[in-house]
Amino acid sequence: MVVNGKNVSLKQELCLIKYLQEKKYSLDYIAVEKNGTIIPKSKYNTTMLQDDDVIEIVSFVGGG
Amino acid sequence: MYSKKEIYQALVKRHSFSTQQLLKKGNVAIAGLGGLGSNVAIMLARVGVGQIHMIDFDVVDITNLNRQQYFLEHIGMNKTDALKQQILKINPYINIITDCVKVTEQNIKQLFYKNDIICEALDAPEEKAMLVNGIREYFPEKKLVASSGLAGYESSNSIKTRRISKNFYLCGDGITKISEKNGLMAARAALCACHEANMIIRLLLGEEEV
Repeated sequence: MVVNGKNVSLKQELCLIKYLQEKKYSLDYIAVEKNGTIIPKSKYNTTMLQDDDVIEIVSFVGGG
Repeated sequence: MYSKKEIYQALVKRHSFSTQQLLKKGNVAIAGLGGLGSNVAIMLARVGVGQIHMIDFDVVDITNLNRQQYFLEHIGMNKTDALKQQILKINPYINIITDCVKVTEQNIKQLFYKNDIICEALDAPEEKAMLVNGIREYFPEKKLVASSGLAGYESSNSIKTRRISKNFYLCGDGITKISEKNGLMAARAALCACHEANMIIRLLLGEEEV
């Protein structure tokens, strides 16, 4: 699959929440889009990632 | 006092008739009126965007003046009122709608349903994420221009506009947060605000690429 423009090899289906935890994302500071559609936070633990998915994980930092 | 026609003709002279027609039809919401939002609002007002919906719960503080579009005389005023006052001095015929409220998960639907383009210009990362998630979930057909990473005095050239998906744009360097070394400063905050404002203007004029 492609995450933030980079190829990531995925041997088997992976739950989104597992991936985010593994990569140490702060769940309160991100927005995740899968194939151009937002994944609501309530669905992080039921969304499965597959090898042909294109994922964007947008991280927000403070300042405005 | 200048008439509506005089101000409109001046804008047409600078931008052309067809461009101004489209800008006049613009209906943009700006969430957060700090270093990003106050600059975005003034730029959209100067080019003659017809309707600007400004949202912020806060009052002007003396520490805002290093980067936000307020004056000493505004300290203690609601940011919504202070900014509206200034915009009407630039163009009194813009339809300004203000909401002096904090954006929450609960009020997103009711705050933004009337606007075509939404500019996320909040400060705290969890609030930025909350608004972006809410808009993308409830209003995926609306254009969203958000921001992340504008603190300090890093290179100007690291601030970019990216298109995350069809209706979702993100401006900033993506990484530079507020720290002891990197406070929020006028120039870089305005740089990111210019990216947001120009992307909004492009969208109003039918350009979807960054």
